[in-house]
Amino acid sequence: MKRIAGYRPPYPGTQPNHLHPPYVSSIKRAPTKPPIPIPYTLSEVTGPLFGPEIIAPKASDLTIQHSGEPLGERIVVSGRVLDENSRPLANTLIEIWQANAAGRYQHEWDQHQAPLDPNFSGCGQAVTDAEGRYRFITVRPGEYPWGNHYNAWRPAHIHFSLFGPAFATRLVTQMYFPGDQLLPFDPIFNSTADEKARNRLISVFDWETTIPETALGYRFDIILRGREATPMEEEE
Amino acid sequence: MSLQATSSQTVGPYFRIGLRWLNQDNLVGEGVSGERVTIQGRVFDGAGAPVRDAILEIWQANAHGKYDHPEDTQDKPLEPGFKGYGRVPVNDEGMFRFATIKPGPVPGLQGRDQAPHLVVSVFMRGVVRRMATRIYFPDDTHNASDFILNLVEPSRRTTLIAKKTASGPGALEWNVVLQGPDETVFFDLGL
Repeated sequence: MKRIAGYRPPYPGTQPNHLHPPYVSSIKRAPTKPPIPIPYTLSEVTGPLFGPEIIAPKASDLTIQHSGEPLGERIVVSGRVLDENSRPLANTLIEIWQANAAGRYQHEWDQHQAPLDPNFSGCGQAVTDAEGRYRFITVRPGEYPWGNHYNAWRPAHIHFSLFGPAFATRLVTQMYFPGDQLLPFDPIFNSTADEKARNRLISVFDWETTIPETALGYRFDIILRGREATPMEEEE
Repeated sequence: MSLQATSSQTVGPYFRIGLRWLNQDNLVGEGVSGERVTIQGRVFDGAGAPVRDAILEIWQANAHGKYDHPEDTQDKPLEPGFKGYGRVPVNDEGMFRFATIKPGPVPGLQGRDQAPHLVVSVFMRGVVRRMATRIYFPDDTHNASDFILNLVEPSRRTTLIAKKTASGPGALEWNVVLQGPDETVFFDLGL
């Protein structure tokens, strides 16, 4: 009988460690014992699948979810979802959430003095097409202060959540914007040690998806984990 | 040259606005077979304080031990009212609760079934990477021979097994403890 093909381990430094002391909240929350490696079983190589039927027609345009127009600069955020073997991942659910243009979330815990926008909820969903492509229309989120350290400000970012084909491929990440002066000072962005991996969290300005007179385009490709090539023979 | 998986980042404190539309704290639809259970618990940080901005996701097989996924090619029935997906945020006291059924055994290694279990992802502010763990069931005779449980040192296995409560049959308790002597076992799936 064959062992189930697993997913490739990450390249060293390309995924953050749970404990990253500059991100102060991690100190009391990061597990102290190393996670226990386990072989892949059917439980980890399967996972919930969600197709396009689950999302509402306006789910991927965050600027038309209310009666009025949200404030702020319109942007198009699009890209492809691939696995590490360069295969496009079709029919993959993407969930996003973000602050409004003034840097405030539509959440009662966010008491930042920036204004709420009654015409912007800041959340959306999309499902990738057959080539793994997705596209959101939204407004550029504002930077905002937070309590991590003196004069701490989060760079502008959009939260992304993806399931992929299996429990093993689940990913929650954040997309940033090119040229953001706050990035070098942000402990969350910097929790990934590998500089190239970190910089891949920064979207790329994109003329091709920019809509004339309307919205700048930013491209953000997302790579989910890829399967090991060959299952090893298992000894009986 | 292969691609490298995108780095993980924290869900932050405001994930509810983006994730609540797909919350699911009752996994059991109409006509679903299996033993009903409710699993309730709390999430605690290293100071023993409840974590009030965490969210759990559940994935499990149905009562026949079949996953609703094309990679599960077992000749076992699917049930239309059961997908096996749950998403449960904690409340202001760090408490979560969901209703489901005890799954059947699913295949493990060397042709041997695994003990019934749920796989669980835990996300929260302050945690930059998904934490993966499992919930097993109390008094299940398959636990003793479960390959994954046996990879865990005996003194820590109890963190993976839900406990019976006085609230009645099927009312189980399972907590997530992030640090300390009762620290929950998390598994390394590579990410």
